[in-house]
Amino acid sequence: MTGTSSTHLAVRGLTKRFGGLVAAKEIGFDLKGGEILGLIGPNGSGKSTVMKLIMGIERPTAGSVDLDGVEMAGWPSYKVARNGVGLVFQHSRPLHRQTMLENIKLALLPDSLFKLIPDPSIDRRAREIGERVGLGPVLDRRPGTLPFADLRRLELAKAIARDPKVVLVDEPFAGLTSQEVAVFSDLIRSFRDEGKAVLLVDHNVKSVSALVDRVFAMYLGERIAEGSAESVMRDETVRRVYLGAGSIEIASRPEPAAREGAAPLLSVEGASVLYGKAQALQQVSIHVNQGEFVSVVGLNGAGKTTLFNAISGLVPYSGRIRFNGEDLTGRSAAAIARAGIVQCPETRELFGDMTVRENLDLGGQHMPRQESEKQLAWLFELFPILKSRQGQLARTLSGGEQQMLTIARALMMKPKLLILDEPTLGLAPIILELLSKALETLRQTTPITVLLGEQNVTFALPHADRVYVLNHARITWEGPPERFAAEAGEGYI
Amino acid sequence: MQALLRSRLFWVAAIFLVAASFLPLWVSGYILGLLTIAYYFGVFSMSWDLLFGYAGEVNFGPTFLIGIGAYTAGILDNLYQPPLALCIAAGAVAAVIGGVVLALPALRVRGPYFGLTTVVAVLILQNLIVVFAGLTGGEIGLTVPDILSIDAGTNYYIALGFMVVSGLILFALANSSFGLILQAGGQDPVEAGALGFNVAKYKLAAFIVSAFFSGLAGALLVFYMGTASVGTLIDVAVGVQVIIGAILGGRRTIVGPALGAIFLIAAGELLRPLGELSTFVVSLVALGVVLFVPGGLLGLLLREERHA
Repeated sequence: MTGTSSTHLAVRGLTKRFGGLVAAKEIGFDLKGGEILGLIGPNGSGKSTVMKLIMGIERPTAGSVDLDGVEMAGWPSYKVARNGVGLVFQHSRPLHRQTMLENIKLALLPDSLFKLIPDPSIDRRAREIGERVGLGPVLDRRPGTLPFADLRRLELAKAIARDPKVVLVDEPFAGLTSQEVAVFSDLIRSFRDEGKAVLLVDHNVKSVSALVDRVFAMYLGERIAEGSAESVMRDETVRRVYLGAGSIEIASRPEPAAREGAAPLLSVEGASVLYGKAQALQQVSIHVNQGEFVSVVGLNGAGKTTLFNAISGLVPYSGRIRFNGEDLTGRSAAAIARAGIVQCPETRELFGDMTVRENLDLGGQHMPRQESEKQLAWLFELFPILKSRQGQLARTLSGGEQQMLTIARALMMKPKLLILDEPTLGLAPIILELLSKALETLRQTTPITVLLGEQNVTFALPHADRVYVLNHARITWEGPPERFAAEAGEGYI
Repeated sequence: MQALLRSRLFWVAAIFLVAASFLPLWVSGYILGLLTIAYYFGVFSMSWDLLFGYAGEVNFGPTFLIGIGAYTAGILDNLYQPPLALCIAAGAVAAVIGGVVLALPALRVRGPYFGLTTVVAVLILQNLIVVFAGLTGGEIGLTVPDILSIDAGTNYYIALGFMVVSGLILFALANSSFGLILQAGGQDPVEAGALGFNVAKYKLAAFIVSAFFSGLAGALLVFYMGTASVGTLIDVAVGVQVIIGAILGGRRTIVGPALGAIFLIAAGELLRPLGELSTFVVSLVALGVVLFVPGGLLGLLLREERHA
């Protein structure tokens, strides 16, 4: 290993704009050899953007990325890689026709068109690296036949093969069991011991706190805190971002929706979902009563979207999901939507090249004209901004307006159960307030049943009648919002 | 398992070659002529497979490269009658230049958009040939004064030898370090870049190699047939045949596409008694393979072996 402790990565004023959106704003930090820095932030905070800017996958709008005196900002990623930066990808896409060994060998090859026959020493090197990450017994097998954790090991092996001075690790523990997490932690520590500089990119401090020397926290593209894991966890701003401001105000409904005796509108019993080899949902059981507002809180990657997609019939699952007493097994997504479960997906899925009005009219397509116009008038009252934007193309709306349109389009379908998946994703606080007010109006004035998935607890709790915590594919807590901070708030940052 | 897989591929190729080598002793000149053309199409399909199967670029315009090679060689011969080898070499070089031109949009736009640019390239070439009819023969076609040989057997062996040598080179390239990096760049360019590979460089090289063999085969084909026309060399339908041959045989195998292209031409001939229906039957078989055996015929053969 040639890593030296003199490595010094200096990031200064790193900024990235996508059109009007500022994904990263004047980010700056230092990372030295033999050190592990955790770059954390909730979904949409810009942490992945910063990682991509360092690696050269995205070009920065402004700023500097300096490794040992060499300015790399704006370089293509292959040059950044050759200058000593490696990236461990979260999602591995190995070459499936090649063996694991050949996949590792790929990373050892020089970037040369004319070196057609690999150096014999490469085979030995690849085997050594394979053994080191624990792939020894499966080196001659093909990736498709191996479990998820082995594919993650392969990504680590490829990063080791390049012998980088700086290693960027994207969500090191996503989809791994606690045993595997321990093994991976050891491997990442061994990078540090070799004098490499390590940047761990993750959603929360907790998952990486045992590993990191320092933490750099981001929110909405900006730095919000920096320091030891403990101090960042105690930081006021960080707590506000993850848990909400001080005491969470909980609004109760005029007529509490306690209809516990009746059969629930939606019941999910022991649902499990596998993505290839990764367990995305494990024996999850929840129920939503008629007229109830239920929040499922959990960090990104916990399985919220998977749960909602299972309910909407978008992913295959085991277990049973019942709606209105009827088993949804085998129903198509379209049939489920027509039955009254309407989802606002995290990705919004608006028809970008259609106008606001056209998007809404599509939602009301199945209703008689008169009825749909009545619904439309009501929605324009709920979201006045949409009324003034009727003729505008959906993709030209701001993030907050797009989210309102997504919800409004779903409401045009007069859902019996409205599923909202992370409506706050990437939105500024002021927009959140608007959205929050709209939801509260909805809750107070209509008998609507809502299932909300959020990592932003501040947003999720005030409206909720009941809360579930989803953690690593399982439900770990259930209770009323008042008790959340005391019982489940700890360890959520 | 790897050695076994190679060996099955080896035996398929070996049996085919032995049979192909002794064929002229038994069959008529007509069938030899047909196979001669089929072997050139085999090279077209193999060249296409390097781009699609390995570089991950869907080139809907293989005939752009073939046509440039063929017409450059043919026009040169028509105008100045230099040695044939020089004409053929010029055709290959011109095709390489065409390959670079075709590669430029591929490095900028992705997926269906790149596919569209390749179709447009074919249409432009077709148009130019018609417009400059004085030089190219236009819609009637180009007649060249020289041919490779008047003997059907000699022509057959030239085509077979050319296909075998091209196949060996392309197969070796595809299975070399270059091929491995090319595949990685085709499947996940972001990750390949992060591993330190300049993906654009490998793709450009793949375009050049693919264009070289396409152009060479196109030039040879002209001097076998003695004519070149838009309908036989450049039309989009010809390109589709090259592509279907490659998919039918099994993409990302090099050997498969050659077999697929030959099968396609042979099948068209065998079904000739069906008249107009023959094209329909061949298309139906091709459609069935694309839908149900996406790995192609060779893929099927090798997969069975993997289970064994």
